[in-house]
Parts: sequence; structure tokens; C-alpha cells
Amino acid sequence: MFDGIGQRVVCAWFPRLASDRALRLRPVEGPFALTLKQNNANRLYCLNSAAEQQGLHRGMAYSDARAFCPDLQSRPADLAGDQAFLQVLHRWALRYCPWVGFDEPDGGRPSAPAPPTSTPAAPPANGLILSITGSAHLLGGEAALLEDMQQSLAAAGFRLQLGLADTRGAAWALAHYRPYTDPGRPNGMAEPGQNLRALEALSVAALRLDEKTVVALQRLGLRTIGSLAAAPRAPLARRFGPGLHLQLDRALGDMPEPVNAKPEPPHYGVRLTLPEPIGLSDDVKAGTLRLLERLCEKLKAQEVGARRLSLTLRRVDQANQQVDLKLARPMREPQAILTLFERGIEAVDAGYGIDQLRLEAVAVETLPNQQSSYFVGGRKKEQLDDLISRLGTRIGLENIQRFVPSDTHIPERSFRLAPAALTPSAAPAQNQNQAQSWQSATLSPLDHPRPLRLFPAEPIEAQGNRPPARFRWRRMALTTARAVGPERIAPEWWHDDANWQSGLRDYWRVETQQGRRLWLYYTPQNPGWFVQGEFA
Amino acid sequence: MSNDLPTAFPIKRGRVHEAQGPGALSFAAIAAGFADGEALWCQESWRSEQLNPQGLRCFADPDRVLLAKAQDQTELLAIAEETLRDGAVSLVIMELSKPLNLTAGRRLQLAAKTGRSTGLCLIAEGAGSSAAETRWHCQPTFDTQDWTGHRWSLIKNKSGILGAWYVRWDWAARRLRVVSSASE
Repeated sequence: MFDGIGQRVVCAWFPRLASDRALRLRPVEGPFALTLKQNNANRLYCLNSAAEQQGLHRGMAYSDARAFCPDLQSRPADLAGDQAFLQVLHRWALRYCPWVGFDEPDGGRPSAPAPPTSTPAAPPANGLILSITGSAHLLGGEAALLEDMQQSLAAAGFRLQLGLADTRGAAWALAHYRPYTDPGRPNGMAEPGQNLRALEALSVAALRLDEKTVVALQRLGLRTIGSLAAAPRAPLARRFGPGLHLQLDRALGDMPEPVNAKPEPPHYGVRLTLPEPIGLSDDVKAGTLRLLERLCEKLKAQEVGARRLSLTLRRVDQANQQVDLKLARPMREPQAILTLFERGIEAVDAGYGIDQLRLEAVAVETLPNQQSSYFVGGRKKEQLDDLISRLGTRIGLENIQRFVPSDTHIPERSFRLAPAALTPSAAPAQNQNQAQSWQSATLSPLDHPRPLRLFPAEPIEAQGNRPPARFRWRRMALTTARAVGPERIAPEWWHDDANWQSGLRDYWRVETQQGRRLWLYYTPQNPGWFVQGEFA
Repeated sequence: MSNDLPTAFPIKRGRVHEAQGPGALSFAAIAAGFADGEALWCQESWRSEQLNPQGLRCFADPDRVLLAKAQDQTELLAIAEETLRDGAVSLVIMELSKPLNLTAGRRLQLAAKTGRSTGLCLIAEGAGSSAAETRWHCQPTFDTQDWTGHRWSLIKNKSGILGAWYVRWDWAARRLRVVSSASE
């Protein structure tokens, strides 16, 4: 034993988590399976009990399964959704004890490359490990706790197998090979200090060994954990390496194996339920301020700032009104955020009244605690960001843009417009880089002048490959006084751009007697003259 | 009062000015280069003509120019007023499509005075507001030696005399050179 206090661990295994979840969302009668595409073949991923009774098994090709069982119903598996649901179960399990971890499928097995078999890889995680040391009495003892878990999940439609023992390994073995059934029987529970007695009859596979080792052990006649524990260690260690006895010692409690409880991700949501519905925007603002104060406390504790906020106002007739707020910089000052919310709150239709307010920071960014400083540059930047946030509530944050250079010769694509709030020209160093990139862009403004104004190409009437001496543009008669060019720009064939279908362009800088300085181009492959820009 | 360009340009801080004519855009670009902070360029979103940063970089740093796209002129004036009052940017350039009435022009002036930032409206010819501090008519001119010539005439000035100048932008030195002052 590695410590004096008897640890008690529950392993909760969901053998059919994926299919149970799918059937819970949309129940079907009869055999059912989830399929997953692996190595260009649809294979069964998770089945219900009716399908297993028909002789189907996990990893079977879907077409074979259909041949065996023509009335099999199937849906594609949603692995990400399963993992998200396991997170939900993790939260649920916190009602029993504060220390809950996920059961990784390899169960901490020492690195043994799985043999390439036709069975699909084990799902990422499909169980929970609860360290119930010192919390079982809160639910009236261990048996009552297991019974409660079993009952509540069975009611929700999930198959759950439970094992309770002193160690994580033993709990895992019991959950998988002799799960808890009902309080009357000793199944699934190992008395404190009685790990070996509870496990001795189980197969060696219960030790979380890889398949090859299990088969080899069975060939040696070591079928059960009891016989493995009794066998001399040295010859086995020589043959199988240290991993085998490591797993045995872990299961029997001679070697520690901690339960890794993942911290719950912080949740930035607060709500306020009102005894009487409210309708005045001042009242809603006051309520929002209260929520903001609580939310900002949370944000401050985690040293983050909100980037996107969503305020949901529930009306008495159950119609929700939502006010979204995007911020140009992470913020956690209640008063400042409230000012930005004001516009959205004014626009809300309160109907018969609002009786619940819920505020959530949908996106957060790190915002370290800072001493309010004398650093003027930072304050100026903050002031600008606040202005952008405020304008953003009026015209939308994506409509306030900044120029970003991009490396191409095509004039209309030589820059991008990116939302100013997302462009990190914030950091001074980066700002310098960007300034440089404008200055050191491929084209020098002296050799390749570019117009100040660009517009969609406007055709003019002209012939030949030299700029016309006289032409009409926008109902003005213009006379060419000087033309500089041509500067040939070839289309980028790797972009499918409808404007460049006409092929090469010869650009001319044309100065007119009338003063206007225009950027004309001629398309030699498809003769025609166009005006695309105007110089300063 | 002398008839020199420096008495009128760079345009007075904390006021709203107007520029018209075919060269108004270069006037705005040069003004943005003279501004000592960021500039906000407000445009209505339906305009297909756009500012080209590759051309702008001869006059001002494109990184210091923010672009705001408003649905219509009312919205544009609202954000311009808010920005002027805030004072976080030093120049607000508004491309207007409809003439301003006296109330709107006066509100912009008051906002600019509060925020100590400058406003510049690019207007159609003859669509000026009487609240503007100065109004410039800008006309590009043809010159055999150079191709950045402009004739800037100051056609309204609340706190000075009127005038007209031939100016030229020196690309290499990024400076404005006054060639001569044109006779009235």
C-alpha cells in the first residue's frame, strides 16, 4: 500500500455510450448500429443490445452486417458529440464526489503498439473514474451510491457498468468483467484490502493488457488474475517485460495509480431571475449592471477579458430577446461594458415584461491584471479600441476596417480589408512590421505609381495599343497631354477571377490637359480600353 | 493677414472643413499625412470606388488609416460625430453624398471642438454647409515637368482671407511644395 488511507475508486463504464446517446435523441425499435468510416470502409462502431443478439459485433463491416441482419438501422457516428456528452456526464458525476477523471481507453497501459487488427481503434474515452474516498457516506454508503448512479443513468436510457475497489485498476477490471448489478450481490465491489480476492477469478484481460499479451498468457495456462499473481514473477517479467507486473501491481494496490481529475473549464455565465417582470430600459440596465459586476469578478479571477458577450432577456411569454456585443479589445470593466450595451438594450422589445436576465461571455481572451499605469501609448490604444467597440455597436464591428497588404501585382488584390478589431496591429512591434511591409512592398511607389482611387473598370471608346489622344470618360471630353507606360500586368492564372478573363493588361498613366490623371489599361489579347483608377 | 498657404494649411485642428472638386481626394490624403495620429475614413458602403492603400502610402501611412463603412449618410454622420467627440483619432474624413444642413454641420463642429479632433468633409461641388470652417476647391493641374500639381483655392474661410495656390507633392521627400500663389 502506498498510503495509509484506504482509497476507494469507482469506475463507471458506458459500454454503449454512442448508440445510447443516438437512440436517446431519436429512438428506434429493433437492431441499431452507428457506423464509422475507417480505411475506406463503413464499419459498425457502436451497437444496441438487439443488434448484438443478432450476432453483430463492433468493427464488423457495415455491408456484412446488413447481410446478416437486413433490418439493421444505422446512423453515422458523431465522435465529437460523444466526447462533448462525456463532458456532460463528467459534470453530472461531480454530484457524487469532487474528484472525477476520464478513463482513458488505454487505461495507462505501458506503451505496447496495438496489433493491426480489423477492429476499429478504441473510442477516445468512454468511462469515468470517481475517487469517492470519504464521500460515500454522504449518499448513505458505497452500495447506496452505486445504486443511485445505476438508477439515475438507467432512467436516462444509458447502460452503465460500475466497479468499486481500492485501486483504479481493480475498479476498472470489475466494471468491465464483473460489474455491479444490485445491492444484494457482491458483484462489482471489492471490500477494502480485498482486491486480490475480488479479482482472482477474473480473466487476465481485466488487467488492461494488450491483446497479444493476453493470448500469450492464456497459452501459458495463466487464465485468471489469481493464477497470474501466484506465478513466479521473474520468468514472466523476462518474457513480457515490466509492463505486465506493473498492471498487476496497480490493480492490486502495490503500485500507486492516481486518478487524474481534469479541472472544469471556467464558465463565464451569470443570471438574474426577477420576482416581478420588468419593462423599463433603465431597469434592464440596472439588472445588467448587477450581472456585469458578477461576471467581471469571475473574469478578473481568471485574468481574462470578454471579447464577445451575449445578454439573453427572457420575457414572461417565454420569447427570448438576445443582445450581442462584440468588443474590439478584451474588457472587464462593468461600467464601460454597460455603456456599450445601452444601444442594444434600448432596441429590445420587452413585451409583457422580462423576468430573467442571463449574461454570458461567449469569447474571452487573456487579459493580465495590470497596474493602471502612466504608459500613455497604451491608454491611447485603449481609447481607440473603445471607440471602435462603440462604433461597432452602431454599424457592426466588421465594418470598421484596416488595410492589410498582400503580396500580388494585381492592383485590386494588392490589399485586403480586415476588421480593425481583429487585426493585431495593436502590438507596437507588429505595427512596425506592418509599416515596413507597406514601405518595402514589392513595388516602389516611385517606379510603379498606383492610383489613389480604384474603381471597377469603366470602358472607354478607343482604338489601337497607344493611349487615345482624345477620349470621353464619365461624360467629360478629355485630351491626353502625356502618357507614361505601358506597365504590363499578367493575370494570376491560379485565381479564377472574372475581371481578368480578358487576359494581359497594359497599364498607362495618362495625364490630361484638363488636369485629371487617370490609370488606363489596354487589353491586347482582347482589344479594349478601360479606366480603372485616378491618381492624386 | 498674409496670403501664405501655411496660414490655412494644415487645416485648423478642432474644426470641421470641407473639400470639393476633382482633387478633393488628394487633399484628404495629404491632410491625413499631416495628421499626428490615426485617421478614420468614413464611407457609405454602397460606393464602389475605393481608396487604394498602395496609392495612399505616398501621402500617409495606410496603417494609420481606419476605414468605416456606414449604411447611409445618417449613420455616417452619427459615427463621425461620435468619433470627433471622442478624440481618439485626430482626423475624420467623411465622404458625403448629400448636402449637410446647418444643424448637422453645427453638431459636427461642436463635436470636433469637444474632442479636439479635425473633421474633413468631401463634398460635391456647391453642396457646402455654412457651418464649415474652411472650404477648399481642389483641381488637379497639368504641368509639363511634374505630375502632382494641384490648384487649391480656399473659397470659404471663417477666420482668415481667401486665396489660391499652385501646390505640388514631393513624393521622395513626402512634402508639400507651394509652387506659386495664384492670383485671385
